[in-house]
Amino acid sequence: MHEPDLPPPTGTRAAFFAGVRAAALAPSMVLGASYVGFGSFVSAHGLGLDYAMFNTLTAWALPGQLAVTELYLAGSGLLAIALAVALANMRLAPMTVVMMPVVHMPGRPTWRIYAAANYVAVTCWAMTMMTAPRLAREDRLAWFVGCAIMLWGASLAGTAVGFYAAELLPRPLTLALVFLNPLYFMLLFLQDLRDRARLNALVFGAALGAPLHLLTPEWGLLLAGVAGGTLAAYVSRRARARAG
Amino acid sequence: MNEFAFSDAQAFVAATVAAAATYFWRGFGVAIGGRIDPKGWVFEWFACVAYAVLAALVVRLIVFPAGELTGIPLVARLGAAAIALAVYFTFRRSIFFGCLSGALAIAATALWQARTML
Repeated sequence: MHEPDLPPPTGTRAAFFAGVRAAALAPSMVLGASYVGFGSFVSAHGLGLDYAMFNTLTAWALPGQLAVTELYLAGSGLLAIALAVALANMRLAPMTVVMMPVVHMPGRPTWRIYAAANYVAVTCWAMTMMTAPRLAREDRLAWFVGCAIMLWGASLAGTAVGFYAAELLPRPLTLALVFLNPLYFMLLFLQDLRDRARLNALVFGAALGAPLHLLTPEWGLLLAGVAGGTLAAYVSRRARARAG
Repeated sequence: MNEFAFSDAQAFVAATVAAAATYFWRGFGVAIGGRIDPKGWVFEWFACVAYAVLAALVVRLIVFPAGELTGIPLVARLGAAAIALAVYFTFRRSIFFGCLSGALAIAATALWQARTML
């Protein structure tokens, strides 16, 4: 599961396949398992596999997918759906901002980066933020896209498996699979704690997450992010000013 | 189990709206990200917000889960997370063994629930 010390890929194609390999086993299993949950949710509520696959294909980011599916089933209007999905997925904006200087090559066409941004999602984002600094700049975007396409494929496979097979799995197994996702994210973020500002942000965000969710379930996540992130940025700025 | 059946056209309209609302933030991130100095404090603020949101998301998934996990008591979910953390740090930061042990703790809780309910 650890990122092995790969020899650095040479060339775009090699970088792409290095990304695919990095995502192929454990990360794909964990994310695929989460999508088994999504597929079974869709099937249990009488929507079709075509809808489930289309949703995973075009709007790949699980919290937003659950939001649109629940609201559609509840008969909500399109505006309400758009707002709820936007709210559930707003985290993608700061994540994309942060990844830009890591993967961007000045001089390469901009449409590529806009196309690649469609794959920004927690797992491949965190993996890329950790691995890319060790790669040559011109290899990073290809590595990210390879990693993301592997995980995207695993999500599509998980959606289909969940749609047809979820009810066949014993309850302890499904619960364990669903719980893998938060465990995996938690441990993934603990892999690289050298950056003090980011460590502070993780601590403050985690501490504020539960109380702010109780205060306002819809906005709690965003508030915890903005408040915890602002506090972390402020604290590390102060620390640096004091150090010199 | 569902047989394959085509969904309503309405469901696809909703999914298309969701796709646009999702890509909006990604595209917005690229547009903004190209204009921010990666060494400046605005960029650091964005980075801190991104990591804080994700930490809050992990806490929410564990403490306030949706769906079937609500059937597992909070104490057991927190205990499973603690076991995963302990194993992770004991086994030289192995994500694999950390996840495996936490997931097994949840499975064991579900098995125990099934036995005591009989």
